[in-house]
Amino acid sequence: MITEALTFFTPDTQESEGAFFFDTGISCGFPSPAADFKQERISLDRELIKNKEATFFAKVSGQSMIGAGLDDNDLLVIDRSIAPSDNKIAVCFLDGEFTVKRLRVTKDGVWLQPENSDYHPIKITTENNFVIWGIVTNVIKKL
Amino acid sequence: MFALVDCNNFYASCERVFQPQFRNTPIAILSNNDGCVIARSDEAKKIGIPMGAPAFKYKAFFKEHNIKVFSSNYPLYGDMSSRVMNILKQFSPDIEVYSIDEAFLELNIFEKENLDKLGHEMRNRILQWTGLPTCVGIAPTKSLSKVANKIARKFPKETGGTFVIDSENKRLKALKWTKIKDVWGIGSRLQKRLIQQNIKTAYDFTQLPDVWVKNNFSVTELNLKKDLEGMITFTLEENHPVKKSIATTRSFENTYTDIKDIKERVATFANSCAEKLRIQNSNCNIIIVLLQGDRFDKNSNPYKNSITVTLPHTTNSSLTITKYATKAIEQLYKKGINYKRAGVIVTGLVPTDNHQLDMFARENPKHRPLMQAIDQLNKKYGDHKLKLANQDLDKTWKMRQEYLSKQYTTQFNQILIIK
Repeated sequence: MITEALTFFTPDTQESEGAFFFDTGISCGFPSPAADFKQERISLDRELIKNKEATFFAKVSGQSMIGAGLDDNDLLVIDRSIAPSDNKIAVCFLDGEFTVKRLRVTKDGVWLQPENSDYHPIKITTENNFVIWGIVTNVIKKL
Repeated sequence: MFALVDCNNFYASCERVFQPQFRNTPIAILSNNDGCVIARSDEAKKIGIPMGAPAFKYKAFFKEHNIKVFSSNYPLYGDMSSRVMNILKQFSPDIEVYSIDEAFLELNIFEKENLDKLGHEMRNRILQWTGLPTCVGIAPTKSLSKVANKIARKFPKETGGTFVIDSENKRLKALKWTKIKDVWGIGSRLQKRLIQQNIKTAYDFTQLPDVWVKNNFSVTELNLKKDLEGMITFTLEENHPVKKSIATTRSFENTYTDIKDIKERVATFANSCAEKLRIQNSNCNIIIVLLQGDRFDKNSNPYKNSITVTLPHTTNSSLTITKYATKAIEQLYKKGINYKRAGVIVTGLVPTDNHQLDMFARENPKHRPLMQAIDQLNKKYGDHKLKLANQDLDKTWKMRQEYLSKQYTTQFNQILIIK
């Protein structure tokens, strides 16, 4: 009896990945006139997410920022890699709660500015438990 | 130079990113099925919750000390981990992801000031982009970078979370500070033997003669000694080999006494192992089945037994693996015991397409296309709609996850809500 084990390689029948099949060039008939002008299809991910390791999504609850176009249930794209500065819209963690407001950095200190006349600006003091969590880069609305 | 980047209390820190109100609260993370404590924040460590503490025994303790408890949220931890690793790749293309929360990097910079600066840049970028705190250790070898990392972690104020071993003086000082039990790769058995020899620190270890280390231990320990001396003997392992064994072991939600219940669970675990084998394109030829009684049941001696089955041929078929696993359970099972835990481990793994030909014993050729069909259907319709007949159709394996946070980054309906 043959004791040596033989090694057999069975072809992998699973769908192939990673290789492209070009069907222009060699085949008969007319090559596609678009082949030389091929571009990647538009991608919202690529457009809205500049830094994917630092990007998070969140949902708006309430209308305190309605003037800036942020409505209840809108989707926020938040980029944590952007440095906070005056006039940016930021997601902040203030005294136990997440909130989205416009940052106002003045000589007197930092304010969180709502964009709705029913709400008042909040002045950040040393008493507050306050962190700027990330900067809002885009709002996505469902119609 | 090598850098070791390690996330501080990774699981607890992931929870804190999305629930910053617990920034200073002691946190304990429980294992799958909320069994025992598998991770703790610094505050929880200070209060004295041991690793592996059974959750139900510590319930009152958690409450008394205001400890915030979480079920493990692996989808969240996995996503946060991949963010950290991708950020690290921006600093060096040569990276070894060592575990979910730590990675080695090979750095091609040798100016001392730049190394320290680079370490701080890594920390700051990861902290700002993901909210996760890390420590960075930089040194001429991998084992020394581990030592440096430990120092950065231990002395956050002095080091700012980054420590570089870039001189002989620093190396010696660091090794003298490092206890033998904290040296990378020194297991508990080796530790005991070294302490018997009065070897208490990493420095003591490096003072042993090479021959003595090789004769008394092995070439691995000799390599470790050289690495600690600053000679590179460990290089980056960039491609981790496919897993050498796969295990599915779980505690039951309740205790079981009937063999039928246990068989159903074991069939499910065996099926899950077979699925994991097929995902990584492996076959196994050894199945280990474990069965345990309730270790907190004072009326019965904790029963604990296992059987190792060597298969006549390698396989990744759910049918075959389940068949042998349930046979093993029939032998392990004894009447009158409250069973709490079972498990299936498959090992002796080989690539699927590389069978050793055996003229007489081979997997039934029908199994492979059948398994492919099952996997595709389950993928399409989700969550194990298709099961084997020895699995309970009504039973969907429910993990106990009483304290689960949301999957903020992987499920749209669970993202943060902001006022």
